Amino acid sequence: MSIPLDSATRLLSLIAAGEISAQQAVQASLDRIAATEPEINAFTFVDSDGAMRTAEQIDQRRKNGEQLGPLAGLPVAVKDVLCTSDMPTTCSSRMLQHHRSPYDATVVARLREADAVIVGKTNMDEFAMGASTETSYFGKTNNPWNLQRTPGGSSGGAAACLAAGDVPLSIGTDTGGSIRQPAAFCGVTGLKPTYGRVSRYGLIAFASSLDQAGPLAYDARDCALLLKTIAGTDPRDSTSIDTNVPDFTSELDRLDGELRIGIVRAELDADGLDPEIRQAVEDAIEVFRDAGAKIIEVEMPHSRYWVPTYYVIAPSEASSNLSRYDGAHYGHRAEVSAKEAGELGPLVATYCRSRGEGFGAEVKRRIMIGMYALSAGYGDKYYLKALQVRRLIRRDFDNAFGKVDLLLGPVTPSPPFALGEKVDDPLQMYLCDLFTVGANLAGIPAISMPGGLTSNNLPIGIQLQAAPLQEHRLLQATAAFQRATDWHTKRAMYTSRGRE
Amino acid sequence: MAVSSDQVRKLALMARLELSDAELATITPQLDSIVEFVDTLMQLDTEGVEPMAHAVETFNRWAVDQQGQSLPREQALANAPNKDDECFLVPPVLG
Repeated sequence: MSIPLDSATRLLSLIAAGEISAQQAVQASLDRIAATEPEINAFTFVDSDGAMRTAEQIDQRRKNGEQLGPLAGLPVAVKDVLCTSDMPTTCSSRMLQHHRSPYDATVVARLREADAVIVGKTNMDEFAMGASTETSYFGKTNNPWNLQRTPGGSSGGAAACLAAGDVPLSIGTDTGGSIRQPAAFCGVTGLKPTYGRVSRYGLIAFASSLDQAGPLAYDARDCALLLKTIAGTDPRDSTSIDTNVPDFTSELDRLDGELRIGIVRAELDADGLDPEIRQAVEDAIEVFRDAGAKIIEVEMPHSRYWVPTYYVIAPSEASSNLSRYDGAHYGHRAEVSAKEAGELGPLVATYCRSRGEGFGAEVKRRIMIGMYALSAGYGDKYYLKALQVRRLIRRDFDNAFGKVDLLLGPVTPSPPFALGEKVDDPLQMYLCDLFTVGANLAGIPAISMPGGLTSNNLPIGIQLQAAPLQEHRLLQATAAFQRATDWHTKRAMYTSRGRE
Repeated sequence: MAVSSDQVRKLALMARLELSDAELATITPQLDSIVEFVDTLMQLDTEGVEPMAHAVETFNRWAVDQQGQSLPREQALANAPNKDDECFLVPPVLG
């Protein structure tokens, strides 16, 4: 029997029907990972023994007639920014190279309660800062669609392991587009939930007011399944929203009333937007129009300020959050002799060198931007200003969602770019976030779904955004789109070659 | 140039970040162009706009004032770069 590693829903029903065991499913995933990792490098750690032990226990419990969780036996990958008590948690940084968390993130704990099997931790841009997964201390990840291209970032490993056919479900995090952009680049579906929908407990902080974990999978149904598992309030995260979590899967095929879809003309006319991506967006608009949706043009008057606002707020929060890495309690510590310490003294010199050695270039850059924006004389000029503009950006979204249910547009300005192309030009890399950071600043949910292929056979993502807590509408619309199109069934050549 | 290398050196010390001369030479013009980029925010009149610190307007949540379980000492010390049986060991703070 072939094991459908590209569909959690099908795999789940085969396991539940007893046609394959959890051990067979997990073994198939581990075999596939072993075959693809030399070229893809999507994982920072693979827990073969632990995963097989968990799968064996699940099979045994099933045999004993015990009630099992809703993801029983499914192999799942977790981005290495979420704490796991039984595997390293590194943030793809030298700083945390040998770090082992004493506890599980709430997202991880909920996966375990659902009897999912965590097969490993996925590679990412260091501390989730980047759009290409090239800043990882453990080496870059290659895009399974084209090994010379980036899988996107920061959740590049999370998206690439799906596209490589390793696992059916993957957890990423999104601070400025880090789930949606890699999902777009790797031809999979990825959802950033409403800020507060999913607990951040145990999610190592980059920018606390923007960070959010969410699901990546091949289609809306599998994303719904995974989101249902990880969402919900948590007493350990005071910013998690205490509200009902809808049954995203059973509501998936429902669409309430006439769908009103907003498009932002200025976004489609943006200078930097690749013409093939623009065409894919126009095509997606027609798919929804044909399905009976009403298409309405809306304005986002402050959209040109999204990226500059983000690059004040996110680095400011990062410079504060990352001050915890002091080389004293955990993480990398450099040895500094008294003579080398000089006038700084041994303690301060140890801090400086530990951080200087432990952090890579992009993390240092972000810390420095944050320090600049928050430093004496600039706090009001930059940080306060950015928070005010953030309010204006949120108002734009509120106004738009007074007229429409969803906003439709591109995820990325360009298709997956070549490895090395932007790594030395931070500003060019930051502009990759052009269409995605708005959702983080406003705290709204957004999804990236496959919506086409370029003439070079590279995936194109379509973004849908919705008002806070309207994830079910995103998933319903994506499911409707995926009933009408087959872009989400296209697989990387790499995957099909590997499977033959 | 809005950002000078002296300023960057000072900020790096405040951030407790050792930067080599080569890193300083790279990062100074980069910071300068990033600052120039975010300066576009200054074109916008935000007089009277209330700053938005959080994506979702949250209010204070109270926790029940009761003792919970904290991390056992050996676990808290497990990742320390240097420790003895009871404490984190760090370079001398004074003198």
